[in-house]
Amino acid sequence: MKRQPKDIIASNRTISRRALVLGTSQIALMAVLGWRMRSMQVEHADEFRLLAEENRINIRLLPPSRGLVFDRNGIAIADNEQNYRVVMVREDAGDVGEVLARLTEIVDIAPEDLSRAMEEMHRRSPFVPVTIAERLTWEDVAKINLNTPALPGISAEVGQSRVYPWGADLAHVVGYVGPVSDYDLSRIDDQDPLLQIPKFQIGKTGAENKLEHTLRGSAGHRRIEVNAVGRVMRELDRQEGDAGKDVQLTIDNRLQTYAQARLDGESAGVVVIDLEHGDLRAIASAPSFDPNLFVRGISVADWEGLNADKYRPLAAKAVQGTYPPGSTFKMVTALAAMEDGVVTADETVYCPGHTDVYGIRFHCWKRGGHGNINLHDSLKQSCDCYYYEIAQRVGIDKMAAMARKLGLGTKHDLPLSAVASGLAPDKEWKSSVRGEDWRIGDTVNASIGQGYVLTSPLQLAIMTARIATGHEIAPRLVRLIDGVEQPSGRGESLGLNENTLRRIRAAMTDVCNNRRGTAYGSRILTEGYAMAGKSGTSQVRRITPEERAAGVTRNEDLPWERRDHALFVSYAPLDNPRYAVAVIVEHGGGGSSAAAPIARDVILQALYGGAPPLDAYPANQRDKIEQQQRRIEARIPMGAKAQSRA
Amino acid sequence: MSYLAHNTQHVPTGLRKIWYINWPLVMLISAVASAGFLMLYSVAGGSTSPWMEPQVKRFGLGMVLMFIVAMVPIWFWRNMAFVAYAASIILLLGVEFFGEVRMGAQRWIDLKFMVLQPSELTKITVVMFIAAYYDWLPLEKTSRPVWVALPVIFILVPTMLVLKQPDLGTSLLLLFGGTTVMFLAGVHWAYFASVVGAGVGAIVAVFESRGTSWQLLKDYQYRRIDTFIDPSNDPLGAGYHITQAKIALGSGGWTGRGFMQGTQSRLNFLPEKHTDFIFTTLAEEFGFVGASTLLLLYLLIVVFCIVSALGNRDRFAALLTLGIAMTFFLFFAVNMSMVMGLAPVVGVPLPLVSYGGSAMLVLLVAFGLVQSAHVHRPR
Repeated sequence: MKRQPKDIIASNRTISRRALVLGTSQIALMAVLGWRMRSMQVEHADEFRLLAEENRINIRLLPPSRGLVFDRNGIAIADNEQNYRVVMVREDAGDVGEVLARLTEIVDIAPEDLSRAMEEMHRRSPFVPVTIAERLTWEDVAKINLNTPALPGISAEVGQSRVYPWGADLAHVVGYVGPVSDYDLSRIDDQDPLLQIPKFQIGKTGAENKLEHTLRGSAGHRRIEVNAVGRVMRELDRQEGDAGKDVQLTIDNRLQTYAQARLDGESAGVVVIDLEHGDLRAIASAPSFDPNLFVRGISVADWEGLNADKYRPLAAKAVQGTYPPGSTFKMVTALAAMEDGVVTADETVYCPGHTDVYGIRFHCWKRGGHGNINLHDSLKQSCDCYYYEIAQRVGIDKMAAMARKLGLGTKHDLPLSAVASGLAPDKEWKSSVRGEDWRIGDTVNASIGQGYVLTSPLQLAIMTARIATGHEIAPRLVRLIDGVEQPSGRGESLGLNENTLRRIRAAMTDVCNNRRGTAYGSRILTEGYAMAGKSGTSQVRRITPEERAAGVTRNEDLPWERRDHALFVSYAPLDNPRYAVAVIVEHGGGGSSAAAPIARDVILQALYGGAPPLDAYPANQRDKIEQQQRRIEARIPMGAKAQSRA
Repeated sequence: MSYLAHNTQHVPTGLRKIWYINWPLVMLISAVASAGFLMLYSVAGGSTSPWMEPQVKRFGLGMVLMFIVAMVPIWFWRNMAFVAYAASIILLLGVEFFGEVRMGAQRWIDLKFMVLQPSELTKITVVMFIAAYYDWLPLEKTSRPVWVALPVIFILVPTMLVLKQPDLGTSLLLLFGGTTVMFLAGVHWAYFASVVGAGVGAIVAVFESRGTSWQLLKDYQYRRIDTFIDPSNDPLGAGYHITQAKIALGSGGWTGRGFMQGTQSRLNFLPEKHTDFIFTTLAEEFGFVGASTLLLLYLLIVVFCIVSALGNRDRFAALLTLGIAMTFFLFFAVNMSMVMGLAPVVGVPLPLVSYGGSAMLVLLVAFGLVQSAHVHRPR
């Protein structure tokens, strides 16, 4: 429209003025933008760069392969095996249902595995591989590989899983591994990032658990670049971890397997220790369980079965179980008294069949009594009254000190689960733990390994080893770690009077080799392999005066759980002894009848490094022994099994 | 001497007009657009498809349109202002009834040969129409209530239609673009003061209405406001975009991570990396140097427009040029504030750089108008 010139000038003036106002505020705003840009890109650039890197880079752990466990002969007792599993990548599969249907035609897959995999696949991003089935056979893997074109997105992968070739025979020693659980994480203070890997296998019990840090190794890692949805774009770098160290145990797999087989049918435990280095050659506990069940994830039925069994297969009786040692404790009482000088070897004590201590009557196992009896015969015939007497002379504190010196009542440092410390009671223990004064009756009970005294078969074996050698023998379970020899268990001399020890050993020799010894039936005839020992029968209940009046009830007539525990400790050969053995047969009855034969068989097996010739046994037992050997040989095809693994 | 006669006498004609075009402005626009091509090439992972190639073609078409518009005398465009405005209102209504719903919003009309986004077009036509209105209106009536109310209605009608689509960013641009022209035309300060007061009241109302039956904004818009106030509240959900954008921008540092080396965009951490958030890719790959250079280029474009307008004695031409400059300014200022976490994410593309046909063409046509005003200014 037409305007007056003065209007044009006015218009221009207004526009110019207001444009300058706007322009200025625009420049101010841009200054703010520039300032903000500077603040972010220059001042805080490092923080943002870090965030960008965190976005971009993921660290994936590379689990190391777990160290193997060997027996002393180099036979693998905890091994890693290739574990084939079939995985599926959803986005590569196209029609997931169809591909899975084809897969199940080729290999057997449990329906619950399938539904779990389907569920997981729909939860995860399409490019994440999901495991459909594990532990496939090589044949299945071959079939899958052959049918690859028909199975888009499916591939077979290989991993490692733990396997225990000897199954139940070493379950209590090696233990087992299992996937790390929240409970494990809450219980152990371990910052190892490997534990954050889902289902990472860690040692749960036994040596697998105690040697975890040796066996586990350390994680490697690879840094990968991922995009916003987590898809791996490329690997930036990779650093392999260190594989776990191999461990060689002192266990002799052959002997261990034999011992387990020998204990079949009993609820029992055996420990064999060698006297050279304290090497534990066998630690058998029966019944046992298959540790492989736990590696795969034990079923509820199996688990309940193991727990319901009254013979407690999960308990490692040889090291966890504590029992009153019964008469096997008499060596401790005798040594304490002799060392203290309150009794001499030739001094006799009169045994009328019972001893009255302050109005309480303590009985000898032999109702008629042993008459006048000295140290040697009291051990040989296992007279109780003799020990009632000398124990009162020496006192409980010195007995307890001797017990500890011989390895009882203390916890031995072994890489095994729940190693029992047992109990060598003394006055201080009773007042501090039970809040009661020690009574003389307690001493009398303790003198024959009853009352408060508790020992594990492992401790008894150590005690026997120390008596046999006079040296402080400490048990050793690990022989080599990564090829490095571990310190020997043979220690300094115990400082006991050699003469006293000789007397004790002579009595123990007669226990097995004298016609009147309690374990004469379990003698070894082989020249130079003869055994010395001591039987023990420990009551698990009090014998009431009525029962005693009616005559001692025969064990066989009692229900199993009320029968006596049978114990036996021994070493062999007599001169220059090589092995000590302790045996417990829970509720087995008499030590000499139930436990001594086991100790003899096991020690013979150890001495011969295999099945002993029949002429090692008394002639009247040979038929029975032959049958027994055949039975055990049938149960464990040792040669074949050992060869297949070696 | 008539106005027309006066103008035609002193205005270049025919192809001679080419010499009178504001060439530095053309250069600046091309420079910014080229930066856009480079970034589209980069975010596609070093490929001209799918974004760079169509963008270059549209830019070429846009430049042709710009020159055509520039050649046509500015008074023709002034006479066309009402028609253009009416057409864009009709198109907006068309979107309302026949539009295509894409990404939860109804913004597009399919014209078979191209998909038109009428709200983009409206950004210019409103400015153009308000400028024409003030050119027509006698100066003394500028601040009279009735004559102020009219342009307010002209602005509010398309603003409301766009807001309903819903497109918060564009409706804000329309509102501010139109209001700027009113301000430049000399409407009394008091009106603006009262509008600002009312605006504050409106913001309060918007927040107060939340969760009631008369809720003014969509839930997603409220969530965007929440996220803006504290993006860390929801780092993987609503706040994810802005957090990732800031990380990309900040990690650029002084000189950036290098062309095509930006991990945030290359690995898809950035949302909408080829459209609204393209600036963050640029800032990540070329750093503070690159980002501030782009800012400077934008500043120069605005300054050239303002200088051209100040030297133009034609009221319509000056108002139109300034209005377009202001709209352009708002475009990139809002976009940059948005990706830097200074403003809510309202969905405003980065002008001339972000991938998008309608916006590019409309902007170049708008610069064609600026050129036309420049070429045909009274001398």
